[in-house]
Amino acid sequence: MARRRPGRREQLIKMMLYPLDWLEERSGLVGGVRYFLFRKVPGDISWGHTLGSAALTAFIVQTVTGVVLAFYYKPDPNSAYESIRYITDDLTLGWLLRGMHRWGASVFIILLFLHMGRVFLYGAYKYPRELNWIVGVLILVLGMMEGFFGYLLPWDQTAYWATVVGVNLQATGPFVGPFLGDILRGGSEIGPDTLARFYSLHMLVLPGAIAGLILLHLYLVVRLGVTSPPWSPNAAGKARPGPPPPPRSGLVEPKPRGARLR
Amino acid sequence: MEPQRGDESPHAPAPTLWPVGFAVGIACIFVGLIVGPVVAGVGVVLTAIFGLLWVRDATSGFREAPGAEEPIPAAPAIPAQRGRPAMPEPGEGELVRFPRSKFLEFSTLGIGAAIGGVVTVPALGFTILPPFVKQGHPEIDVGAIDDFPENKFVITTFLLKPEDGEVSRRTAYIRNNGLLDGKPSFTILSNRCAHLGCPVQVNGLPLDDQKSTEKGVDRIPTAAAAGFGCPCHGGQYDSEGNRTAGPPVRALDRYEFRIKDGRLLLGKTFSVSDVDGTGAEAKIHKYELAGPGQHVDGPEAWLYPLQPPR
Repeated sequence: MARRRPGRREQLIKMMLYPLDWLEERSGLVGGVRYFLFRKVPGDISWGHTLGSAALTAFIVQTVTGVVLAFYYKPDPNSAYESIRYITDDLTLGWLLRGMHRWGASVFIILLFLHMGRVFLYGAYKYPRELNWIVGVLILVLGMMEGFFGYLLPWDQTAYWATVVGVNLQATGPFVGPFLGDILRGGSEIGPDTLARFYSLHMLVLPGAIAGLILLHLYLVVRLGVTSPPWSPNAAGKARPGPPPPPRSGLVEPKPRGARLR
Repeated sequence: MEPQRGDESPHAPAPTLWPVGFAVGIACIFVGLIVGPVVAGVGVVLTAIFGLLWVRDATSGFREAPGAEEPIPAAPAIPAQRGRPAMPEPGEGELVRFPRSKFLEFSTLGIGAAIGGVVTVPALGFTILPPFVKQGHPEIDVGAIDDFPENKFVITTFLLKPEDGEVSRRTAYIRNNGLLDGKPSFTILSNRCAHLGCPVQVNGLPLDDQKSTEKGVDRIPTAAAAGFGCPCHGGQYDSEGNRTAGPPVRALDRYEFRIKDGRLLLGKTFSVSDVDGTGAEAKIHKYELAGPGQHVDGPEAWLYPLQPPR
């Protein structure tokens, strides 16, 4: 067995890592990503803490399926319904695509609420994370608006009349309501303008705003850190527990006095 | 005391019970909106008292901050660099000078704001204003007077704006009331529910076999129309469009009409609070067109002082 020349392996690794080094030297991005992925989190976080990432994943799924749907959808009163029918019935796997977008919308909102519930029950919205709660609420509101504006796009009877009722609900708001209704409809009646502006808001304005807010949300999460559960022995202000008891203590070996079982 | 980062004491005001009273006051106001002004008044008083107490409590930490502990400004650790200042202090009798750097700072900000405004204002205008201009529609010819049998509602559908296509198809329930003082009288109800805008249906029998079609206008006579009902949330109206049950806040909207060369032309839509009497003798309380769910009379109408142009 031929002995490798010393340094060959190091050379190889260096060569492979060269692009990363190049990037890191010019942007610092590699360090940033490493900081983001390998930052410290409390030791006793649970699956509940993954709900935010799950909601982010749902948003990404909505983005990708939405972009592909937009390849085939025509936001015009005379062809919108027909293009939806084409996607559902004729396009290869179109039914799956549309189904993912349709059900994924509900999944996104449900995950947002579960995430919100976890944050609320764990008290993770408290100082210094109030601002992140506010940003999260904005994401929730924009997400629901996505649902409202997206509901009209299939342009069938359900979509049309649900939007009539929804817009008129807005229009019953005091003082500005009637004007808000006209702005939403793009006029005094639902028509081609309504479909076009709902499509634009659903496709461009709201996803962009949500993506921006998600970045802000993540920045704050990284900056402020992840909270421990309220019952955590690692919670701020409490003494750190001593060294962990031996793995089998309390089961087959006597438990040391004062040791805490995890 | 300024909270320090990592300080373990909570940075919230001490627990207080006043918000409970505040919430009770708010609840009283809402109940009062339904029950009566006395309860609402009690609610306002409760809200004000407990709100004041709450604010007092919450801000006590700031108000009671001792003034004696003002930190004495320490001498600067690093002495300012000696040398000729770039901007000498104004001498005796000299005006206070406005340095060039300040001028550049303000002019940059000012010009930036001006450019931002020039870009933003028209964009906002083009986004928001179009829904309010060129609304309304031309008069719509729905047929000859003889196409409408007396004292029967005819389900008439027509294109409000033919250039928009089928999406602008609207429905009116048209009843020929015969002659009033020698002039033809019509009752023309919009099918837009006064609750949230769903299409109300005739509580009667549409006679589909007598349907007639003419230039995009469909006419279906009905038999024994006892009124109208909305499928969405159950609003019910009588045959004059008065609300009889359910959530609508007023009567059905109506169309203005005109008769020209024996043809019936529909004009603008208007809102109706209620109708006294029936048929040709009906007295219609007419208002400017309001959106569904908006009151046109009574104190609730004060919530909608302005309507967009129609």
